[in-house]
Amino acid sequence: MSGEQRDVMMLQSPFHSRVVAANELNEWDCWAGYTTPTAYFDVELEYFAVRSTTGVFDLSPMNKYQITGPDAQAYLDRVMTRNISKINVGRVGYSVWCDDAGQVMDDGTIFRLGENEYRLCAYARAMDWLSWCAMGFDVNIEDVSDQVAALAVQGPTSCSCLKAMGLEGIDKLKPFGLVHYDFEGEDLLVSRTGFTGDLGYELWIAPHKAEALWDKLFAAGEPYMIKPIGSHALELTRIEAGFLQAGVDFVPAQDAVRLGRSRSPFELGLGWLVDMSKPVFNGKQALLKEQREGSRFRFVILDVEGNKPAHNSFIFKGKRKVGTVTSAAWCPTAKSNVAFAQIEMPHGEVGENLVAEIYFERELHWSRVLAPCKVIETAVFNPPRRRTTPALAF
Amino acid sequence: MTNYDVLLVGGGHNGLVCAAYLAKAGRKVLVLEANEALGGAAASREFAPGYSVSSCAHWLTHLSPKVSKDLDLERHGLQLAARDLDSIGLNPAGQHVTVKGGSVEGEGLSAADKQAYVEFHRKTIKFSRLLAKAFAMRPPKLVEANFTDRINLLKLGLGMKMLGREDMSDLLRLALINMYDVMEENFDNETLKALLSFDGVLGAHMGPRSPNTVFGYLYRRIGDVHGYNGPAVVKGGMGALATSVANAARAVGVEIRTLSQVERINLVDGRAVGVSLQGGEVIKAPLVVSNADPVTTFEKLVGYRHVETGLVRRVSQIRMRSGTAKLHLALDGLPGFSGLNEAQLGQRLVIAPTMDYIERAFNSAKYGESSLQPALDISIPSIHDDTLAPQGKHVLSAIVQFAPYDLKLGWDNHKEQFTRQVIDTISAFAPGIAERIVASELLTPVDLEREFHMKGGHWHHGEISLDQVMMMRPFPGATQYGTAVGGLYLCGAGSHPGGGVMGLAGRNAAREIIKRGEAA
Repeated sequence: MSGEQRDVMMLQSPFHSRVVAANELNEWDCWAGYTTPTAYFDVELEYFAVRSTTGVFDLSPMNKYQITGPDAQAYLDRVMTRNISKINVGRVGYSVWCDDAGQVMDDGTIFRLGENEYRLCAYARAMDWLSWCAMGFDVNIEDVSDQVAALAVQGPTSCSCLKAMGLEGIDKLKPFGLVHYDFEGEDLLVSRTGFTGDLGYELWIAPHKAEALWDKLFAAGEPYMIKPIGSHALELTRIEAGFLQAGVDFVPAQDAVRLGRSRSPFELGLGWLVDMSKPVFNGKQALLKEQREGSRFRFVILDVEGNKPAHNSFIFKGKRKVGTVTSAAWCPTAKSNVAFAQIEMPHGEVGENLVAEIYFERELHWSRVLAPCKVIETAVFNPPRRRTTPALAF
Repeated sequence: MTNYDVLLVGGGHNGLVCAAYLAKAGRKVLVLEANEALGGAAASREFAPGYSVSSCAHWLTHLSPKVSKDLDLERHGLQLAARDLDSIGLNPAGQHVTVKGGSVEGEGLSAADKQAYVEFHRKTIKFSRLLAKAFAMRPPKLVEANFTDRINLLKLGLGMKMLGREDMSDLLRLALINMYDVMEENFDNETLKALLSFDGVLGAHMGPRSPNTVFGYLYRRIGDVHGYNGPAVVKGGMGALATSVANAARAVGVEIRTLSQVERINLVDGRAVGVSLQGGEVIKAPLVVSNADPVTTFEKLVGYRHVETGLVRRVSQIRMRSGTAKLHLALDGLPGFSGLNEAQLGQRLVIAPTMDYIERAFNSAKYGESSLQPALDISIPSIHDDTLAPQGKHVLSAIVQFAPYDLKLGWDNHKEQFTRQVIDTISAFAPGIAERIVASELLTPVDLEREFHMKGGHWHHGEISLDQVMMMRPFPGATQYGTAVGGLYLCGAGSHPGGGVMGLAGRNAAREIIKRGEAA
């Protein structure tokens, strides 16, 4: 079959031409129906771009929903566990949402673009659920996933890159703030958000300006060692920063087939996102019950001894298996071996010593280590530059 | 200001029954009814000067003898003008078929059909008796291991075993299939088949070939178990029954306010704390019991936005498209029906000569049209009760199927034409009736919805079918009269066991609330 005639099954991001050109390894994965690069040239160098200079990740495939109308806030307050009225215009909030059983369906960020205008960025397709939730509300929900192209620009020199690109005053933007710029006559939305735990921004623009934005950003960022990064490098940074990944660290409730496989916000360490003072939100009744009767699991971050990532490990307390690992990585900057695990209650309190059973392979030879590990309180990477405003120039 | 223990939203017959039981148990109850008349769909109305008729249900076939006795309804004014009436299936050739409780008669009827009917009736009553047991208790939940529920399930299971091997397997087979097949299996006479199958689709959006219609038929036969050997006529119309229940309720201390439309059930922290009336008055109480159908309760009174989405999904998916209208005629004299004598005119008259006739009538409804030749259940109550019409005059009341709620043409444009079609349908069996009409009134499902605040105008507050009965009525999660909203209960026909002037939903709800006590 000739190349011209071939139907492509996978969708291509608005940055595709630039991504292809930069993708030296030609390694691809599928994300929400789009081709997405797993790595461009070297996972570790890409990782270090984020931690030492600037890494750029194409997050256009993210599901995005525009929620507008007089009831937009009331609507989101019923959908989300957190208090949406506390997100002011020009701010972004992170939240999870649950089904009636109090089980997490997804997590995402909510951009308040106007008094009655929000944009929700979600891991999973959510139009069906969002529409069901709209009954009784005067809101309009639109799937704008393919109307908005997006780049994450992350790392210590990211602010300098954007300034060099001409985004005046971007250094004043506070974490979780958003600001609009004109980009060749189109609206360029910049938010100080990200999935790396570092100083960083996300750029949102109409698809037809995507390539121009990429070109201008990379040209301006060259002195600041700007590099494109793939999903593997992003994975390392988010584990180091302690961020959960839907579909990896929990099964979205709507996808869970087997009884008991989904998790509540409390069981994911996200209780701080649950505002019980709201009169109603999806899952509230069930979560109140869970508070009374206790949770089944606890989400923990483990500091694992040694340098073998505890991928898919069982976690033991003495001889008893008390949990499993959902994400694991050797984190180069923090220089620690981190694992996220779901531990059966009442185990997994901060400071508790557990054991990870790690299997690893060297030249077709499998070995097992029983690595001691300890429950730690917070993520291993959390630099001040992530929060400092105005953003520091590196 | 008086402090109430319970506010009852809606003074339909189930609401009044529930209020009376609660008051008997010592609760201070206030009933709030939007209309001037009590009884909800068990009501009478003067549709033309001097002419009154039961405005919705017109036969009393189901009233629970338990409820009647507990509330002493006869002492409080309930009188039957006639009871144990026959059902006569009209045949265009004059070979009418008459069902008299457990037997059937008719000129064109074979001995085999007569015998088959006796056996069919025996069997269905046996099934309905089992059903009646389940109707008198709260529906057992399947998942949660509650002791009472387990015992109740065990009793039902045992009851099924006690039917005997043959009847039990027959029940399991029949309950799931349709009246058309069952009729074909048992009988030859077309009019008999149609007469019986019509009972399976009354008030429903179903034709004889629709699944669930055998269950609908067994549901009708609950009346036989409750001691009605055929339909009865309440003296003064159904409104008089409502009056007797209201009297019984007042006698045990229930306070009743009419013309008091509840606009909103108020919640605090997801718990019902009282109601707001149209006009702004706020009344508080720790418990609110809604006699309104579940959709009206949650969509309009509670508000979808105040409950969780899963619940909204369940409620919004309840099937409650009505296909039933009501025709009222004021007549300046007794009409003549071909082949019927005067005594027979007072019986239940059914115009549905064949099952295909009913099915065709239903076909129209499926596609948003009214039936060209509707199937009719006719009552001329003034024969038994001279208070309904001036001396020598009469009223005729007909249940009309099918008239879809969502009529494509819109009812405003079509009401007159459909009224004429219904009258023409009757005229074919009662020549000259058109000349006797002094006044007429057609209540479409849209009118019924407006008059009686029933979503979709559905008589049963939701289709009676296997997916919406017992532990699935009104919807999973609200099956034992309580709801996901603390302090809010349902007591109407939308709850188990369902519609019909039976009173059991109201009684069962009250019993459940009393049983839960402080925890309610």
